[in-house]
Amino acid sequence: MDHTSPLERTLRGVALAVVVVFFMFPILWIFLMSLQTNETILRIPPSFVFAPTLSNYQALISGKLTSAAGTLDIAFMHNLWNSILLSTLSVCLALLLGVPAAYAFARFKFKLGEFIAMTLLSFRFAPPLLVLLPLSLLFQSLGLADTYGGLVWVYQLIALPLIIWIVRGYFEDISPDIEHAYRLAGHSWLSTFMNIAVPLARPGIAAAALLAFIFCWNNFVFALILASADKQPVTVGALAFVTASGIQYGQIAAAIVLSVTPTLLLALYAQRYLVEGLSMGAVKG
Amino acid sequence: MALELQNLSKSYGGKPVIDGVSLEAATGDIVAVFGPSGGGKTVLLRLIAGIEEPDSGSIRIDGKDITQANPDARGIGMAFQNYALFPHMSAYDNVASALSTRKLPPEEVKARVGQIAAMLKIGHVMGQRPRELSNGQKQRTALARALVGAPKILLLDDPLRNVDAKLRYEMRLELPNLLRKFGSTVLYVTQDYKEAMAIGNRIAVLIGGKIVQVANSGEIYERPGNVGVARLFGDPAINLFDVTPTPDGRIAIANTPLPLGPGFAVAADKPCVLGLRPEALTVASTANGVSFPVEVLAETPLNEKSVLLMRTDDGQEVLAAMPASATGSVPHGRAYASFAPSSAHLFNRASGQRIERA
Repeated sequence: MDHTSPLERTLRGVALAVVVVFFMFPILWIFLMSLQTNETILRIPPSFVFAPTLSNYQALISGKLTSAAGTLDIAFMHNLWNSILLSTLSVCLALLLGVPAAYAFARFKFKLGEFIAMTLLSFRFAPPLLVLLPLSLLFQSLGLADTYGGLVWVYQLIALPLIIWIVRGYFEDISPDIEHAYRLAGHSWLSTFMNIAVPLARPGIAAAALLAFIFCWNNFVFALILASADKQPVTVGALAFVTASGIQYGQIAAAIVLSVTPTLLLALYAQRYLVEGLSMGAVKG
Repeated sequence: MALELQNLSKSYGGKPVIDGVSLEAATGDIVAVFGPSGGGKTVLLRLIAGIEEPDSGSIRIDGKDITQANPDARGIGMAFQNYALFPHMSAYDNVASALSTRKLPPEEVKARVGQIAAMLKIGHVMGQRPRELSNGQKQRTALARALVGAPKILLLDDPLRNVDAKLRYEMRLELPNLLRKFGSTVLYVTQDYKEAMAIGNRIAVLIGGKIVQVANSGEIYERPGNVGVARLFGDPAINLFDVTPTPDGRIAIANTPLPLGPGFAVAADKPCVLGLRPEALTVASTANGVSFPVEVLAETPLNEKSVLLMRTDDGQEVLAAMPASATGSVPHGRAYASFAPSSAHLFNRASGQRIERA
C-alpha cells in the first residue's frame, strides 16, 4: 500500500472528507444553532456568519424560557439529571445481573439454557409499544408507575439482553483451561470468576455497558408513558420546547448539545478498554 | 499410595474415552503416561485434576477419596498442554498465583518464586506478560506455576510438545532431576516414547482408554505386553510377521522354516504374530542355516545407526538396523536375514497379548 500515486491519494482524501462532512456536519450545524437566536436560525438563506449568544444555554440552565408569548418554566436540567440517574442505575443493575448470567450461558450447559438466552434476546425483538399498555396497567397496580425503580426495571428490557449476549461471546473466547489452572492453584469458583474471567472479558463488558448506556439514554417511549414530568429524561423533556408560540430551535439545539455530551465523554473514556486485545496471546493459537 | 486410580471410566456421547483405568503411584514416583493421540491421556489427567468428572471409579490421594472434591481442594499441580497462562498477569504473578491462597508472608512468596524461576532459567522474564514470552519461556512459566507450590501430585500434560528440538532435549535431561527435587508424585503425559523412557521411572501405556501395560522402560522395550505396545516403542518400528509355530518350535517366514527355540509349546499350531526388532536382525550376503532370504531395497543412515529397508520373497517389508560403522556392508539385492531366537517376541494373533516363553 506504500506505492500509491498522488492521484489515488488525492481521491482517497476527498472520499474521506466527504464521509467526515456527511457524518459531522449535522453535529456541527446543531452546535452552531445552539449559539444563535431563533431569528438568525430561521433566516433564509442560512449563514455561518452570526453574532454568537449563550442565551439558549442560559435559558436551559436557569429553567426560564422566554419567548414571544411570555415566560415558560422548563425543567431541562432536572431531565438531564434524570437521564444520568436512570441510565447509570440501569446499566449498573444490568451489569450486576447480566455479567454472571452471560458467564453461566457461556460456560455451563444446562436444561433450557439456550431457550432462556434466546428469550432474553427476544425482549429486543418485541416492539416497545406492544408491551407498554399491559406494562403500564401492571405498574399502576404494583405501585411502580412514576418511580425511578420502576423505570430502571423496565430499562432492563433494553440493557440486559445487550450485555448478556455481547459479554457471553467474550467469555466463550476465554480458554476454559485458564480458569481451570487458577482453580487448581486453590482458588474458589468466585475468586476465579472475579480475578480471571471478568478481567479477561473487560473489553467486552466495557463495550456492552457503553452500548447499553446509549440505548437507555436514547429511550423515549418507556419514560414518556411510565413516568410523569419530574421523573422524565431529556428525550421526553425536549418535547417542552415545542410550545404554543412555535418551536424553540435554538434551545432544542442547546439541549441536544448538552444531552449528547455525557454519552460522548463516556464513549471517549471507554475507548481505551474497547481496544484492549482480548486474549493477549497466553494460549497458543 | 500417593495416588490410586480405581476402575476409572469416562465416556463422551456413549463413546468410552477412559475405560476402566486403574493405576497406582507411590510418593516420588514419576509415571510417564504414554500412548497414541486420542488414547485418553489428557482426559485421564483432567479427571485426576477434577476438571472432568468420571462416570465411575474412584481417585484417592494418600488414601483419601477425592473423586467428588472440587479442583481447588485437591492439592494438585498441573501444567496444561496449551500453557493456560493468565494473559493479564505478569509471569511473576502467574507463578505466584499458585501460592496466593496459602497466606504466606510476601518475602516467602518472593523467595519461592525467585528460586523456581532461577531453576527453570526464566528469572529474567518474570516481569513480562505471557504474550511477550517465547514458547519455551511460556512452557517454563507454566511448569514453574505447577511446581512452585510443591504439590503432592503433579500432572504434566505433554509439556515439551510445543518447544523446539534443542530445548526439548535439554529439558528431557533436566526434568527428571528437577522433579525428583520436589518429591512430588508425577504423571507425565507424552506421545513420544523416547521422552517417556527418559523421564518416567515407570511407563503406563494407554491405548484406546485402557492401560495396556505398566512397567519400567527397559521392561517395556524387552517384554512388550502386547502387539500395540511393541509397535509404539522403537524407532524404526518392530517387524511383525504372521506365523503359526509348529509343535517342535519352528516358524516360517516367507516359507523359510526357522527355529524359534524351546518354550512356546502353548502356542503350537495357533495363529500368532512374531515380532522382531530391527536391531535384532543380522543381514549378510550369504545364507546360513537359520536365515531367510530378502531383497535389500534401500539404506538410510539414521544418527548412530543405519536402517535397511528389505522385502521378503512374499512381499512383506522388513526393516533392519545396523551400527553406523556397518553402513554399506550389504549391497542392494539378494541378502539373508537372521535373528537370535531369544530376541523374538511372540503374540497371540487374536488378542494381541504377549506369549511368554515357558
